[in-house]
Amino acid sequence: MSASAEATVLITHAVGLHARPSVKFTKLAKSFAAEVEVAVAANGPWFDAKSIVKVMAAKAPKGTMLHIRAKGDGAAQAVKALVDLVQRDFDEDADHARSA
Amino acid sequence: MRIEGIPASPGYAEGPLFDLDQPPGSYKAKASAEEEQAALVSAIGKAVGRLTALVETADGDAAGILEFHIAMLEDDALSGPALAAIGSGQPADAAWRAALDSEIAGYEASDQDYFRARAADLRDIRDQVLRALSEEGEAEAPPGAILYGEDIAPTRFLETDWNKGGGIALKRGSTASHVAMLARSRGVPMVVGLGDDAQTLTGVALLDAERGGIIFSPSPAEVETFRQSASSFADRQGAARTFLIEPAVTKTGTAVRVQVNIAYPSDVDGIDVATCDGVGLMRTEFLFGKALPDEETQYRAYRKVLEWAGDKPVTIRTVDAGGDKPVPGFTVEETNPFLGLRGIRLSLKRRDIFRVQIRALLRAAIHGNLKVMFPMIATHDEYAQAAALFAEEQSALAAEGVAHKLPPLGIMVEVPSVALAPEDFADVAFLSIGSNDLTQYVMAAARDNAAVAHLNSVRHPAVLRLIASVAAFGQKKGVPVSLCGDAGGDPAAIPALLEAGLRDLSVAPAQLAMAKAAIADVSV
Repeated sequence: MSASAEATVLITHAVGLHARPSVKFTKLAKSFAAEVEVAVAANGPWFDAKSIVKVMAAKAPKGTMLHIRAKGDGAAQAVKALVDLVQRDFDEDADHARSA
Repeated sequence: MRIEGIPASPGYAEGPLFDLDQPPGSYKAKASAEEEQAALVSAIGKAVGRLTALVETADGDAAGILEFHIAMLEDDALSGPALAAIGSGQPADAAWRAALDSEIAGYEASDQDYFRARAADLRDIRDQVLRALSEEGEAEAPPGAILYGEDIAPTRFLETDWNKGGGIALKRGSTASHVAMLARSRGVPMVVGLGDDAQTLTGVALLDAERGGIIFSPSPAEVETFRQSASSFADRQGAARTFLIEPAVTKTGTAVRVQVNIAYPSDVDGIDVATCDGVGLMRTEFLFGKALPDEETQYRAYRKVLEWAGDKPVTIRTVDAGGDKPVPGFTVEETNPFLGLRGIRLSLKRRDIFRVQIRALLRAAIHGNLKVMFPMIATHDEYAQAAALFAEEQSALAAEGVAHKLPPLGIMVEVPSVALAPEDFADVAFLSIGSNDLTQYVMAAARDNAAVAHLNSVRHPAVLRLIASVAAFGQKKGVPVSLCGDAGGDPAAIPALLEAGLRDLSVAPAQLAMAKAAIADVSV
């Protein structure tokens, strides 16, 4: 039951982990039972990835190496899904990024 | 001047009009920190409710911004510091303003334009809640008032003291909304769909929620006629009450079981257990409210009702969130929530939350005659998965040496797939027809939309045919079948339901007497 996983991903989205991207990010994080955290540096501070207030407070712009770690049920799946989301630029095109 | 509407909860009310849509006032401090905190939580909820309604009409970009606001408001991390400040003596409005201003300062200090720009969003979020908070301080409706407006929030209904009479008159609204359900169960007269024709918003009005209408600025003659109708209604209700203490039987002597639907554990406080055959539906989503309840809270709630019922059965439905019943931190936002992740679908997806409820149910089961049912079952596999989780948690409790019992597990019949092909479900302990959802799915008419309310009838032959075939299946296979939707307590629907073969109905407590009286009139 003490599964854990960790990964790092480069934020390529124009405005970074921002209003609309962070809505998607936290919603996806919340769909997993595992505890999930993010940080903009390997040594932290770590923020609760399910809290949009905390994720926004991490202020991660484009070009940030985002660290994601999870522990508990489905930890590996959670990390993988979140990394995928960041790599897909949060499923937004450039046009949307403007006003996000 | 009389305006016609649709009756949502029968009865009569004569009283001063109270405008539900009046502009906000200023915030009034509460007596204790707990009340201040409750005022803040409720104001946040109100702001989220408003934004959610806006999202539906907004286009892509605007909707994206609104969704961001909603997500921020729903995050406990945003309200946490304000709630803590209230705990140490601040009033809700000042605490919220200070907490948000500090958050806003953080954004303004950012060296990136994008993040700095979010300060405007935070200010918007701050002001939406301040606005909702100041409404909390508005003049309260006088006792016995008729609440009149576009629509009414469930919280407003719950805040109002209905002991002094009064009623609800809505320009829009729906007979299937949660407030309508609550109004029926508390016996509060309510009319919906009155439209925009009314000019007068002050003075005394007469609410006729039996036929569906409201009279503004009534003449003495109208008042006289109205009072006669009201007293005749009261007499009929009084006569029905003589049926209340007797078991329900039809004119030809067929016994019908009549149970009650409840939403809150405290609902049973006002019910004499001798007047019903048990609890046919105990909803659990209201327990979930703003936050997810822990195992102990749930256990105590279930145990209270089981102990009240003694050896009569109590059927508890596992959480039916989603659809028109969002739970922050649990349900997901969807474009078509009635067809989305709700009921058992959501519980199977969020097993961590579901397991907490299962453990509470297994532990409570030793205190009475518990039955558990799953909402929104569409396939047998969902039932099997849910039943397997009960088995798993049962072994876990056994291993821990915790007292528990496995209750009979049944399903709600509300998705047409189950009503059409019940043969897959011969192994479930019982079937309970949820007529509200079954009707909305068969008729493709959302239960919260007044514009299609005329389609939303359980008495449509298609719905009745499905109910009859489920009843027949249960009869043949020895699987008990009951019905727990609003139709069960509707005197106009009861004859058709009994003719369809049902002998077990569950109704709102306020409808027990009228339902038994209606049953006594049927010859089956």
